[in-house]
Amino acid sequence: MANEKKINRTGWYFIIPATLLLAIFLLYPIFYSLYLTTTRTKGIVTAFIGFGNYQKLFNDPMFFLALKNTFKILLIQVPIMLISAIVFASLLNNKKIKFRGFFRTAIFLPSVTSLIAYAILFKMLFSYEGIINNTLIAINLISKPLNWFQDPSLATFVLILAMVWRWTGYNMIFYLSAMQNISTDLYEAAKVDGASEIKSFFSITIPLLKPMILFTTVMSTIGTLQLFDEPMNLAQGGTTSSMVGPNNCFLTLSVYIYNLCFKYTPKFGYAATVSYAILVIVAFLSYLQFKISKDSEKTISKKVRKSVK
Amino acid sequence: MKKNKTSLGLVISYLILITASFFSLFPFIWIIIGATNTSVDILRGKLSFGPEFINNMKILFSEADMGGALFNSIKIASLTVILTLIITSMCAYGFQMYRTKAKENTYTFLLLTMMIPFASLMIPLFQIISKLRLLNSHSAIILVSSANVFMIFFFRQSFVNYPTEILQAARVDGASELTTFVRIFVPSMKSTYAAAAIYTFMTSWNNYLWPLIVLQTTEKRTTTLLVSSLSSSYTPNYGVIMVAIALSTTPVVIVFFGFQKQFVEGMIGSVKQ
Repeated sequence: MANEKKINRTGWYFIIPATLLLAIFLLYPIFYSLYLTTTRTKGIVTAFIGFGNYQKLFNDPMFFLALKNTFKILLIQVPIMLISAIVFASLLNNKKIKFRGFFRTAIFLPSVTSLIAYAILFKMLFSYEGIINNTLIAINLISKPLNWFQDPSLATFVLILAMVWRWTGYNMIFYLSAMQNISTDLYEAAKVDGASEIKSFFSITIPLLKPMILFTTVMSTIGTLQLFDEPMNLAQGGTTSSMVGPNNCFLTLSVYIYNLCFKYTPKFGYAATVSYAILVIVAFLSYLQFKISKDSEKTISKKVRKSVK
Repeated sequence: MKKNKTSLGLVISYLILITASFFSLFPFIWIIIGATNTSVDILRGKLSFGPEFINNMKILFSEADMGGALFNSIKIASLTVILTLIITSMCAYGFQMYRTKAKENTYTFLLLTMMIPFASLMIPLFQIISKLRLLNSHSAIILVSSANVFMIFFFRQSFVNYPTEILQAARVDGASELTTFVRIFVPSMKSTYAAAAIYTFMTSWNNYLWPLIVLQTTEKRTTTLLVSSLSSSYTPNYGVIMVAIALSTTPVVIVFFGFQKQFVEGMIGSVKQ
């Protein structure tokens, strides 16, 4: 018994080095920034102001603009990306297709580029005299070059397109591996029952992919809500310009926090408040996504039970 | 009739895959071609190789100090990988193999912190780092990146199926707990460590926001910071930027394709649980 106690204590020795670092660089910042939300910084003087920052948050048009921009990107980009990833994965899971290794590698390749590199790449591709404009003119889709980064909707389109290019292959790999774990017997049985390939995709593949779909949705949601590198580098002038994209259309929540902290006079207290707002949104959305998937799991198992009866 | 239908499906499948592959690969081909051209030619959309590669390289290494930036990135990424792998795998081992209620609660709490966006920690982190006098140092990046809850989670998920009898046997034989971990456990988990190393390396290599805040002088900056500053200058030289992008992407491509199999297996192994 004493021995077991000793062994358990040894367990803590394994845990301590990492938790020590986490305590300094994660836990302390979490609580300290919660405290910061109740303060206002002026130069080097920090004053306690209670809930003042929260009041300011609800009357801050820039915050709501950042929130709107972030959600616009989230709601358009994540579904397009995840649906294309599932489609590519299921095509690559078809044994009749040749050169699957090549296609898989090609579609995955964008995920190895750094976030900065691909943002700059797309900025060059879509520049005024750039290759995209030239190509579109050559095939008569447009008559004169488009100013992609002067118009908010065009600029947002480029940002979303770039993100889809970068992340689709990454998500595809997750789906592909999950699909390879689905027993082929299920598909054989469905075929015997006369189900078409499309039918078995919707009634076998998709339900069995649920956990992976949930995982990728949560990860992409968290990632998009923290979006920073791409808008910052797609915008003209990068970190120094006064606006982030035309009409501030690249002003995401993380970009706004960065600007509050490091661009003009630092407003640490208010920046911390905005970041806590993101935290609340992330927590709420993750909870929602888990709940929705739980509910749909229940309905699926009900259906299965019914069909067995 | 049935045969016709399936072959039509195959044709559509190939069309989709070929289109997707083309759009995925085109920017890479464009980078390689662009690296050999002048800024003006790139903007004009020239799609053939030019004679400017050596010249672009020269400008990148003499005027922008790409050599120094590459060295900094490699140094930071390697040290981050080593430190992260040691402390997070030990931590995961401690949580998994010596389970007690207190440890489970600690673990759950740590998992919850994964949801917190980095932006909310940025300000206090900046203040801590400046109090520790680590501003403008590479240690600031290595230490903060190594405190990584995701890696603890990743390792623990992969350790779940390890047969504990082996550890018991070693204990009976009188081996110390640390010896058992280093000599028996770690060697049997090579592919998990490989996946973790690749993931950590790629994350560290591509890290942008935190280095942007912490590193203030040009001789300390990483390749991502260099590439970013090249493109936001008032007269960007696109040929030079293309070379910089190509060079900054190459290490990740090499690391990834060298260990592709372990990476995919390891990542999937941790999600499955």
